[in-house]
Amino acid sequence: MDLLEKDLRDLGRVRAPDGFADRVLVAVGIVPGGVDAYAALQTPVGVLEVAWNGDGVSAVRLAQARDDFERWFASRLSRRVVRVPQLPDRLAGQIEDAIAGRSPRLRLDLGRLSPFEQEVLGKTQEIPRGEVRPYAWVAREIGRPRAVRAVGTALGHNPIPVLIPCHRVVRSDGALGEYSMGGTDVKRDMLRHEGVDAAWLEQLAVAGTRYVGSRTTHVFCLPTCRHARRIQAANRVPLRDEREAVRAGFRPCARCRPALVS
Amino acid sequence: MGAERDAELTAELAADLAAGFESMVRAFQHRIYAFSLAMSGEPADAEEVAQDTFLRAHTALRRYPADRIRELKLNAWLHRIALNVFRNRVRRRSLRLVPMEPEMPVADGSPGPEARALSSAALRELANLVSGLPDMQRSAVVMRCVQGMTYAEVAAQLEQPEGTVKSNVHRGLQALRRRAGWLSEVS
Repeated sequence: MDLLEKDLRDLGRVRAPDGFADRVLVAVGIVPGGVDAYAALQTPVGVLEVAWNGDGVSAVRLAQARDDFERWFASRLSRRVVRVPQLPDRLAGQIEDAIAGRSPRLRLDLGRLSPFEQEVLGKTQEIPRGEVRPYAWVAREIGRPRAVRAVGTALGHNPIPVLIPCHRVVRSDGALGEYSMGGTDVKRDMLRHEGVDAAWLEQLAVAGTRYVGSRTTHVFCLPTCRHARRIQAANRVPLRDEREAVRAGFRPCARCRPALVS
Repeated sequence: MGAERDAELTAELAADLAAGFESMVRAFQHRIYAFSLAMSGEPADAEEVAQDTFLRAHTALRRYPADRIRELKLNAWLHRIALNVFRNRVRRRSLRLVPMEPEMPVADGSPGPEARALSSAALRELANLVSGLPDMQRSAVVMRCVQGMTYAEVAAQLEQPEGTVKSNVHRGLQALRRRAGWLSEVS
């Protein structure tokens, strides 16, 4: 065998690039152990990078540099993630439905998060599109009324924003508050996309109005509750807090559960 | 890849496609990538050809009955798919090859006998030269000399008589020697 033939044999011993097998497997829908797949998806709220595995969607971020997503994912969820050309059609459809408010039952993988984070995010998923709830409401609903700050932290670290609507959780005084996926302006845009008038919420906050009561039903609600929005202007009573509401003879709404009343 | 390992893998594929497919990809990824690189000459093209090969293999395996899967000779089968993927891409011009120019030898590009492990840049250069051979010489040289198949195996892959394969390998090697200035040091 001469040198050329020896070199040709060496050419036959080159190795496939790192991650090649993982990319092939993910492309045919097989998720190898310990690896998630991710791809970009165009949505009405922008281009998202979506990671998923056999248990469901594991992470979402606004599309940025590719390396950023992989590094962020590895540090947040302690798993590897492999970029693939696109999401499976079925999953892409489910995500589009979820963003449009049509399919609340998209499967999400929260398995890597703490039990507290899972509770906070699970409760946040119950907040209907077009409505907002205060951080203190989430804390109270999961039975940890004093953990308001921890709720804020858990929502700030939400690995699946948009699909777990942490943008629907606002400050108790009615101000929108922080948003991990790009700040208050992005949060306002997300809410506007869902039909929430953020400027109106902020006006209520300035006026000191936390609840809205109905003269006809004697029920009081959080301002964005579907029931509150049905109250006609003439029957609408702005309320400063739950003590004022109770004194004026109002009961809390059973749907939005605005406050505990003793 | 021995016949025993083939039997193991095909049995696994027939029993559980997902698990078997993962084993098969991990077992053959380097072989199929090396083939794709030598044929196409560019790492980016090679990765696409190799990936497409496994995707087509997966589609086929989903359709095949278990009996047929158990009888597959995986190395030959995957190479045949890769060859088809490569040829389709050349035909559709989604993969462009640069034909070799025999009059212009690479000046002193030959590594001396002392530096025997080629650098990755040199391997890439070599892949580029091989991919520039005329189609039949390229396929014959890559299967015989890069992938180490026997003449009988190459003849079966290319559906040509062994004599034709031998003369294509011979002419391909000659062209490469002229182009790259390799010395015919018989050892």
